[in-house]
Amino acid sequence: MTAHREAHPRLTENDPRLDADALERERRLLERTWAGGRGVIAWLSEVDHKAIGRRFIVTAFAFFALAGVLAALMRIQLARPENHFLSPDAYNQIFTMHGTTMMFLFAVPVVLAMGIYLVPLMIGARAMAFPRMLAYGYWMFLFGGIFLYVMFALNIGPDNGWFSYPPLAGPAYSYGKRGDVWAQLITFTEVSGLVVATCLVCTIFKLRTPGMSLNRMPLFVWAMLITSFMVIFAMPSIVISSTCLILDRLVATQFFNQAEGGDPLLWQHLFWFFGHPEVYIIFLPALGMMSEIISTAARRKVVGYMEMILSMTATAFIGFGVWVHHMFATGLPQFGVSFFTASSIMIVIPTAIQIFNWIATIWTARRLQITVPFLYAASFFFVFIVGGLTGVMLASVPLDRQVHDTYFVVAHFHYVLIGGSTFPLLGAIYFWFPKITGRMMGDRLGRISFWLLFAGFNLTFFPMHLLGLDGMPRRVYTYPGAMGWQGLNLLASAGALVIFVSLLVYLVNVAVSLRAGAVAGDNPWGAATLEWATSSPPPPYNFTPQPTVASREPLWHSELRPPAIVGLRPDDREVLVTYLLDAEPDHRYSMPGPSLWPFLAAIATSVMFVWSIFQAQGVVWGSIPVFITLVGWFWPTKGKARLERGVTGRLTARESVS
Amino acid sequence: MTPHIQSIIHPAGIEAARISHLWWVMFGICAFVWFAVAAATLIAIRRGRHAASAATDRQASFAVASAGVVSVIALVALLTQSVVTGRALDSIRTPDALRIQVTGNQWWWDVQYENPTPSLRVTTANEIHLPIGRPVAIDLLSNDVIHSFWIPSLQGKIDLIPGRLNEIWLQADKPGVYRGQCAEYCGAQHAKMAMVVVAEPPDDFERWLAANRASAPVPVTPEQERGKQVVERGPCAMCHTITGTLAGGHSAPDLTHIASRSSLAAGSLPNSPGYLAGWITDPQHIKPGNHMPPTGLNADELQAVLTYLETLK
Repeated sequence: MTAHREAHPRLTENDPRLDADALERERRLLERTWAGGRGVIAWLSEVDHKAIGRRFIVTAFAFFALAGVLAALMRIQLARPENHFLSPDAYNQIFTMHGTTMMFLFAVPVVLAMGIYLVPLMIGARAMAFPRMLAYGYWMFLFGGIFLYVMFALNIGPDNGWFSYPPLAGPAYSYGKRGDVWAQLITFTEVSGLVVATCLVCTIFKLRTPGMSLNRMPLFVWAMLITSFMVIFAMPSIVISSTCLILDRLVATQFFNQAEGGDPLLWQHLFWFFGHPEVYIIFLPALGMMSEIISTAARRKVVGYMEMILSMTATAFIGFGVWVHHMFATGLPQFGVSFFTASSIMIVIPTAIQIFNWIATIWTARRLQITVPFLYAASFFFVFIVGGLTGVMLASVPLDRQVHDTYFVVAHFHYVLIGGSTFPLLGAIYFWFPKITGRMMGDRLGRISFWLLFAGFNLTFFPMHLLGLDGMPRRVYTYPGAMGWQGLNLLASAGALVIFVSLLVYLVNVAVSLRAGAVAGDNPWGAATLEWATSSPPPPYNFTPQPTVASREPLWHSELRPPAIVGLRPDDREVLVTYLLDAEPDHRYSMPGPSLWPFLAAIATSVMFVWSIFQAQGVVWGSIPVFITLVGWFWPTKGKARLERGVTGRLTARESVS
Repeated sequence: MTPHIQSIIHPAGIEAARISHLWWVMFGICAFVWFAVAAATLIAIRRGRHAASAATDRQASFAVASAGVVSVIALVALLTQSVVTGRALDSIRTPDALRIQVTGNQWWWDVQYENPTPSLRVTTANEIHLPIGRPVAIDLLSNDVIHSFWIPSLQGKIDLIPGRLNEIWLQADKPGVYRGQCAEYCGAQHAKMAMVVVAEPPDDFERWLAANRASAPVPVTPEQERGKQVVERGPCAMCHTITGTLAGGHSAPDLTHIASRSSLAAGSLPNSPGYLAGWITDPQHIKPGNHMPPTGLNADELQAVLTYLETLK
C-alpha cells in the first residue's frame, strides 16, 4: 500500500519533445476513434482487448465460483461415511462438472484472459491482432459454459469424469445425451482456445512496439507466447479425440469400440497427449505472473532472464512427452513406459531452475516489499512444491500403480494446480487490479483472505495424501465407516469451509475496492513494464503516444528515454506492425472496429453445435446460419473505403519514429 | 480405529512391501527437498527485506546452477530407485504360480481359479482366497467398461480393459483379511465395487478350494426345496448360477457357495440373513443403478429363498 504513493518515472508524459497541446488534440481524436459506443448493440460489438479480457476474467471466475460450490457439495457428502446428502448419480455428475468446469471453463480461459488484457499493454501495442476473432472466441467460451450449465440444470450434465474414458463414455454405457454434452462442451472450448491462442501469437509476434526485440519482452509475455503455442499444438489432439467420441455416440463410428476393431486405449493416448500439456498451459502463464510480481516486489529484474525463457520452452517441449504417466496402470510394456518415467522426472528440472532463479531474485532484492501479491507468489514455494514433489513420485511406475486414482493423486493435482496456478493468479488479480480498475484492492482484507486461503487449502488437501495412502480411491460417492477414513475426510471438509470463507473475503475486497479503493495512479507498485506507463485504467487506445523501449525494464531506466511514436493516424484505428525478431517498424495497419458479426457468428455456431447433438442434420442446416454470419463478417467494406481514401499503409522509417 | 486393510504403507505381501519401501525412500528425499526449498525461501525473504545483498547476478546464477546440479543428482537417484524396485517387482514370476482369472463387471468381480481340468475350476465372486507364501498370477479381463484391480496391501493396480488381457503378479505373506477396490471410475456404483481378500495358510486354502469345487448342497427340508424351486423358476436363474441346479445365468455373481462368503453386493454389505433379505427385496435402494432388478418375491417366497441360500456353504 505504501508503494503507490511514491513517484515513479513515466515514459511518455514528460517527454519534452512532445508538445502538450498537440498531445491533447491527438488524445481527443484517438478517444473518438477507439472508444466503443453506448448501448446493448455496442456492448455486444465490442472488440477492445481490455473489455474482452475483463469479460473473460469475470466469466471465468463466475465458473470458478460455480465449480467451487460443486466442490463444497462433494465435501459435504464425504464429510461422513455412508452419507445420503447426494445420490450416487448426482455425485457423479457433480464431480464431472467440477473437473470439467475447473479445467475447461476456468483454469485455461482465465490465464489466456490475463494474457488478452495484459499482453498488448505490456508490449506497447494499441490493440490485439484480429480483435473480432478475439470477440468471437469470448462468445464461444461464454455460450459453451452456459450450454453446459443449462444441460446440468436439466439433469443432462455429463457424468463420466473430466477425461470421459470410453467405453464408459461410449454409446453402450452412457445412455442419453450426457456424454454428448461433455464432448460438445469440449468443442466449444477448443474453438475458443485456438482462436485466443492465435490472436496472442500474432499480437506478440507482430505488434510489439519498436525497440522491444524478442529478448526484451517481459517474462509474462514470453510465458503467454509459449503457452499459446502449446495450445495450438495440443488442441488438435483433443479436437480429433472428442470428435471421434461424439461420432461414436451419434453416428455409430467405432473408433473406441474394441468389439468392432476400435481401441479404448486410443482415447487415453489422444486425450492425455492433450491433457498433460493442458496442465502446463495452465501453469506457464502463472510462472509469468510470478516473475512480474516477484521482480516488482524485489525491485530488481529476475535473475537469469534467458534461463527463465529456456526453462519455460523446455517445459513446453517435454510437456508433450510425458502423457503415458497417466496410463501406467493400463498394462503397457514396462520398457516403453520407463521412457515416460524418465521424461516425467526430467520435466522437474526446468521448473526447479525457475524456482531457484526466483529465490535468488528475492535473496538479492533491493528492499523487498511483502505486498499481498508477493504473499501469493511466495506461497507457491510452499504449496506448489509439495505438488511438484508428489509429481516426481507419480512418475515412478511402481509407486504410481499404488497411488494412481486415489486421493493421493487428488491431493497432488490440487497442490499443483491451485498452488502452481490459482495462488499466483489470485496474486496477479490483486497486482493488476489497480491497472484494470484504477483502484487499489484493500491491503488488510487482502492479507486476511490470503492467510485464510493458505490455511484452508492445506487443511483441505493435505489430509487427502494420507487418505490416498490408506487406500481411498478417488471418484467414490461414499465409503464404508469401517475403513477409518472419516476423520481425515471431516478435516478436509472443514478446510473447504475455510477456503469458502477466504474466497468470500476476497470477493468482498474486490467489491469494496471497486467503489472505495484508494485511487491507484499509473504505477502504484513501481513496476518496470509498459502496462504501467499508461493511465489506470488505460484508455481504449492504450497509449498516447505509443512508447518505444530501449531496455527490458523501460520504466526503471528513465535515463534511456527512447522516442515515442508519432505518425499513426489518430482518426483511424491504425497500429504499427513490426518485424518479428527485432520489432523494427514494418508498416501501418488499420484494425477493424466494433462489429456485431462475431457475436452473431458465435450464436450461429453454438446453435449448430447444440442442435447437432440432438439431431444429426443439425450439422447440415445449422451450418447455413454460420455461413451467412461469416459472409457478413468478412464482407469487404473498410478496405474499399480505405483504398478510395488512398491510404497505402506502407511506412517510411522517417514517418514511423520521430 | 483405523484397520489399514486397504493401505499402501501397511503391506502384507512382498510386492507391496517393496513399493512401500520405495515410498519411504521417496518420501525421505522429497521431504528433505521441501524443507530445503522452504528454508531457502524464508532466508531469502529475510535477507531481501533487511539487507541489501552484496551478491552479484553472476554469483546468484552460479548458486542457481549449483542447486540445479544437486536437483539433477537427486532426481537421478529417485529414478534409479524406481527402476530397481520395478525390476524387483518382476522377479516374482514363476511357472508354478497359482493362476486366477478375474473379470470386471459393472459393479462386481467374477473370480475363477484356473485348472487344466475344467471340472476342477472354481468360480466365485467378489472374494479371493490366496495361499500365503505362493506367487499368484491373475489374468484380468473386463466384460463392459474399464475397471482397475487393486489390493493395496498386496500390489499396485492394473486396469481391466475390454478386449485386452492384462496380468498382475502378487503374493500374500501375512495371513489376514484385506480389501480390494475398483480404482478406475466405472459408472454409477464405482464406489461400491470392492472385494474381500483372504490370505490363509496353504492347507486352509486347499480346504477352501476343495469345498468350493463341490456343487451346491442338495436341499434337505421342504422349505429349502421350495427356496431352490423359487430360485430356479423365478427371476434369479436368469442371471445367477448355482452349480448342480437349473440356475445357470452368467451375467451376475455365482451363488453356488454364497453362504460361505463374508460380504454381499461386492463388499457393500455384510453377509447375514437380514442384509441378504434387504438386498433381494430392493437392490436398487442399496446400490442405485446396479443391474439387479427388484425381484418381486412375496414374503413366503423370500423366506424360502433365504432359507435355501443359507445352506449354500
